Amino acid sequence: MLRFTLYRLAQALGVILVVFTITFFLIRLTPGDPFAGEKAMPPDVRRVMEERYGLNKPLITQYFTTLGSYLRGDFQPSMKYQGMWNVKIIKDAFPISLAIGSCALVIALGLGLPAGIIAAVKKNTWMDYGFMSLALIGICLPTFVMGPMLIMTFGLKWRVFNVAGWFEKTDWVLPSLTMGLIYAAYIARLTRGGMLEVLNQDFIRTARAKGVPGSRIVMVHALRGGLLPVVAFLGPALAGITTGSFIIEKIFNLPGLGQHFVSSVFNRDYSLILATVVLLATLLVVTNFLTDVLVAWLNPKVRLS
Amino acid sequence: MSTAAAPAPSPAAFELPHVQPGRSLWQDAWARLRRNRLAILCGGLLVAIVLFCFLGPWLTGWNPTETNLALKATPPGTVEIRPDGSGGKHWMGTDPLGRDILTRIMRGGQVSLMVGLVATGVALLIGVGYGATAGYLGGRWDMGMMRFVDVLYALPFMIFVILLTTMFGKSMLLIFLAIGAVEWLTMARIVRAQVQVLVRQEFVEAARSLGLSTPAILIRHIIPNVLGPVIVYSTLTVPAVMLLEAALSFLGLGVQPPDSSWGTLINDGAENLETSPWLLLYPAAFFSATLFCLNFVGDGLRDALDVRASKD
Amino acid sequence: MSTVLDVQDLKVSFHTRNGVVRAVDGVSFKVEKGKTTGIVGESGSGKSVTCYSLLGLVPMPPGRIEGGSAKFGDVDLLKLSEKELQRIRGSRISMIFQDPMTSLNPWLRVGTQVAEPLRLHEGLSKSEAWKRAVEALREVGIPDPEKRIHQYPHEFSGGMRQRVMIAMALITRPELLIADEPTTALDVTIQKQVLDLIRDLQKRLGIAVVFITHDLAVVSEVCDYVNVMYAGRLVEASPVQELFARPRHAYTQALMRSIPALQRKGEPLYTIPGLPPDLANLPSGCAFRPRQTPERQALCLTDRQPPLVEVSPGHWAQDCPGCLIRD
Repeated sequence: MLRFTLYRLAQALGVILVVFTITFFLIRLTPGDPFAGEKAMPPDVRRVMEERYGLNKPLITQYFTTLGSYLRGDFQPSMKYQGMWNVKIIKDAFPISLAIGSCALVIALGLGLPAGIIAAVKKNTWMDYGFMSLALIGICLPTFVMGPMLIMTFGLKWRVFNVAGWFEKTDWVLPSLTMGLIYAAYIARLTRGGMLEVLNQDFIRTARAKGVPGSRIVMVHALRGGLLPVVAFLGPALAGITTGSFIIEKIFNLPGLGQHFVSSVFNRDYSLILATVVLLATLLVVTNFLTDVLVAWLNPKVRLS
Repeated sequence: MSTAAAPAPSPAAFELPHVQPGRSLWQDAWARLRRNRLAILCGGLLVAIVLFCFLGPWLTGWNPTETNLALKATPPGTVEIRPDGSGGKHWMGTDPLGRDILTRIMRGGQVSLMVGLVATGVALLIGVGYGATAGYLGGRWDMGMMRFVDVLYALPFMIFVILLTTMFGKSMLLIFLAIGAVEWLTMARIVRAQVQVLVRQEFVEAARSLGLSTPAILIRHIIPNVLGPVIVYSTLTVPAVMLLEAALSFLGLGVQPPDSSWGTLINDGAENLETSPWLLLYPAAFFSATLFCLNFVGDGLRDALDVRASKD
Repeated sequence: MSTVLDVQDLKVSFHTRNGVVRAVDGVSFKVEKGKTTGIVGESGSGKSVTCYSLLGLVPMPPGRIEGGSAKFGDVDLLKLSEKELQRIRGSRISMIFQDPMTSLNPWLRVGTQVAEPLRLHEGLSKSEAWKRAVEALREVGIPDPEKRIHQYPHEFSGGMRQRVMIAMALITRPELLIADEPTTALDVTIQKQVLDLIRDLQKRLGIAVVFITHDLAVVSEVCDYVNVMYAGRLVEASPVQELFARPRHAYTQALMRSIPALQRKGEPLYTIPGLPPDLANLPSGCAFRPRQTPERQALCLTDRQPPLVEVSPGHWAQDCPGCLIRD
C-alpha cells in the first residue's frame, strides 16, 4: 500500500510537470501575444512591457525562470490585467466555481445514487425503466442544452431565478442544477451497472441463504462493491465539477475559473493561462490520486497486497 | 424449432436427442438484438436522421449559408416569396441572418455526424492498434505502454483541445484529430485488457500447441473475440465525440461560421433565447435525439454481444 | 426417527422466452434427523433447484413454484412469506455452496460474515457474536481463529474458505443443512477433509443434511439415503447400501458404470450416450428413453410418465418397462 501510494504520488508530480511544460511551450507557439489588443501598441511601450514580463529573453530561459518561480509558490502577475496577480484572480474566481460544483455534486449524488440502486434492485420493473429512461435523457441533454432550457423555464417564463450572473443568493441554483442533473444521470447508470454486477454474484446468494434481509443485502453486502464504478468515475469528474465547467460558466455568465481560463486563452494572457492550467491539472491529479487510493482501500485484495 | 433435416436413422447407433444446429455467437447476438425493439427502433431513427441530414438539403431548396436580412429570426412556418417568384416555407423559421433553420440543421448535422464518425475512426485505429500490441506483447512492453496511457489520461484534455484549437486556427481536421486523440485512450485500455485475458486463455494455448502461427491465432481467435467490445465501445464513442465537438463549437472554438454544426446552432439559439426560442429548440431536439439513439443502440449492442464493462 | 423435512410432489418451473422449463416435476423425499439424504444427478437435472426452491432462493420471476408441499416441523416452507423464510434461513436451515471462492463476500471480513447469522437471528451484540464466531472457526479446524477472523476471504485457501462457509452455516445450530455440491470445486485431498468435517459435525450436532452432488463416489461415502434425479424427476430412491448393491433403474446403473474408480484398468471410460433432455419440451413418456440402448428403447413408456413404485421395502424406482430392472 505504501509503495503504491508513493508510486502514484511520483506519477502525479510527473504529470503536473508534463502539463506545465506542454502548456508553457504550446501557448508560446500560438500566434498573437498578450499585448495585441484592439489598437496596436507603440513599439517602445511594447518593449517596456516585454521587458517587464521577461518576454525578451530566450524561451528556454523564460521556461526555467517561470518553473523556478512556480516552485517557490510565486504564480506571477497577469499580463493582460495590469497590476493583478494571478493568485488574486484565481482566489476571487475559484470560490464561485467551487460553490456551484459542490452544490452540483450534492444534487448528482442525492439523485443518482438512490435512482441507480433502486433501478438495480427492482431490475426490469417500471421503476427501473423509468429511472433509466430519465438518466438516458439526462445524458442526451448536454449542459449547453439543459442550461438554456432551464433558463427558459425558470428564468424567462416563471421568473423564479435570474437568467444569468452572480449577484443574488439564489444565483447558484440553476447552474448547479444544470451540472448536477447531468452528473446524476451518469451516476445513476454507473450505480445500476455496478450494483447489478454485484447482486448477481454468488456471495449475495450466500447472504440470502443466511436470512439477511433485502435492505441489509443492498447496504452492507452489495453497496461497497457496487459503488466502485461510481468512485472511479467521480475522481476524475470531481476536478471538472469543482473547477466549474467552461460551458456552464459561459451560459450563466459566471465569473468563475472556467471563464477566466477561456478568456485568458483568447487574450493570450500567457501567465494566467499557465496558472489556471497548472491549478486545474493539480486538482485533476489530486482527485485522481485520491480516487485510486480510495478504490484500493475499498478493495481489501489491493489494500493488503 | 430447428429446420435442419433429420439425420437418416441408423439402427446400430443410439438415437441422439434432438440437437439444435449450432448458431454462431453473431447469429445469437443478432437474434438478441432483434428482440430489443427499442434498440432497433433507435437504429431505424438514426438511419432516418442520417438520410435526412445528407439528402434533405436538396428537398428544402434553401441554401444554408445564404442570408436574407429581410427575414431576421422569423418564427417557424414563415413563407418567403422572392422577387423572381421562387421561394417557399421556412418550416422551422429563420435565424437572425435570415437563413433557413431546417436546412442549417441538416448541414450542421452533416458536420456533427462526420466529426463523430471520423474522430471515432481515428480513435479506433490508434486505440485498437496500441491496445492489441500492448496486450499481445505483455510483460515489460505492456507495462510501459500502459503507463504512458495512464499519464495521458491524467492530462486535462479539454484544456489542450482548447489550446490546440486556438493555436492552429479553427480547422475541421484539427477537431477530428484532437478529439480522436483524446478518445483513443479508453479504446486502447479496453482492447488491451481483452487481448491480455485472451492470450492467456486455454483455447489460444490449444491453438498454439496445434501449431497455429501468430497471425492465424490473431485472425481466428483474438480478433473475433475483441470485436464485440470494440463495436460496442465505438457506438458509444460516437455520441461522446459529437458531444465534445458540440461543446467546442458552443464555446466558439469548433466549427466556424458561416459553416455550422449542431453545436454552433445551439450556441446561436442560446444567445437568442429570449426572443426566438425555436432557434435553440429545433437543433437541440435533433442533437439530443441523435445522442439518445446512438446511446440506445450502443446499450442494445452491449446487451446483445454480452459485453461487460471493462474494469481496468 | 423423526422427520425433519418432508417434501411432497414439489413442482418448480421457469417461464422463459423459449417456453416453460419444468425444472422440478413432482419430487417427493424425506429427510430424517441425524441422517444424510443425497440428491444425485447430472447438471440440469433439477437437484439444486429443488433445494433452492425450499428456501425461496429461486429467482421469481422467471421461477415459479407450481405445487407441492415441504413440511419443515409444523410449517410448509412453500407457503411462507419472504419475511418468514428469512427467519428460517440461516437459523433453522442453512446452506453451503459449491464454489467457496465466490460464495464469500470479498468486501467483508470473515468475522463479520460468520457472525452475521447470530447477529440477525439471535440478536447478539457484535463482541458476543464475534466471540462465538472464533469458536465456530476453531470447531471447523481453522488454525489461529482469533487472528484469521479479522482477515478477508481472499486470504484463505479454497478448502479453508469452505470450512468458513461450514462454520457460518452451523453457527446457529440449524436443524437442517443443505450442502450444494460442497466439494466439487475443491482438490481431491481437500474434498476428503471437507467431507469428513461435514460428517463429523453432523454426528456431533445431530443435524439432518441434504447433500446435493453429481458424484456417486461422494454419495457412497456420506449419504444414508439417496435420491437419483433425472430431468426434474426422481428415477430412483433407496437406502445407500441397497442402491449400490442393487441399482434398479437404467439411469442409476449407467451412472454407476461411469464412475472411473469402479472400472477395470485399460477399459475405455464409460459415458452415458446423448445429453440430458431439453426440459422445455420433455418427451411425453419416459425421459431416459432417448439415451437407452435400441432394444430397451422399444420397451420404454411413450404415452405417459412412469410412476415411482416400491420395488423392495424402502427402495423406489420409476416403473418404466424399458428402464426398471426387476429381479
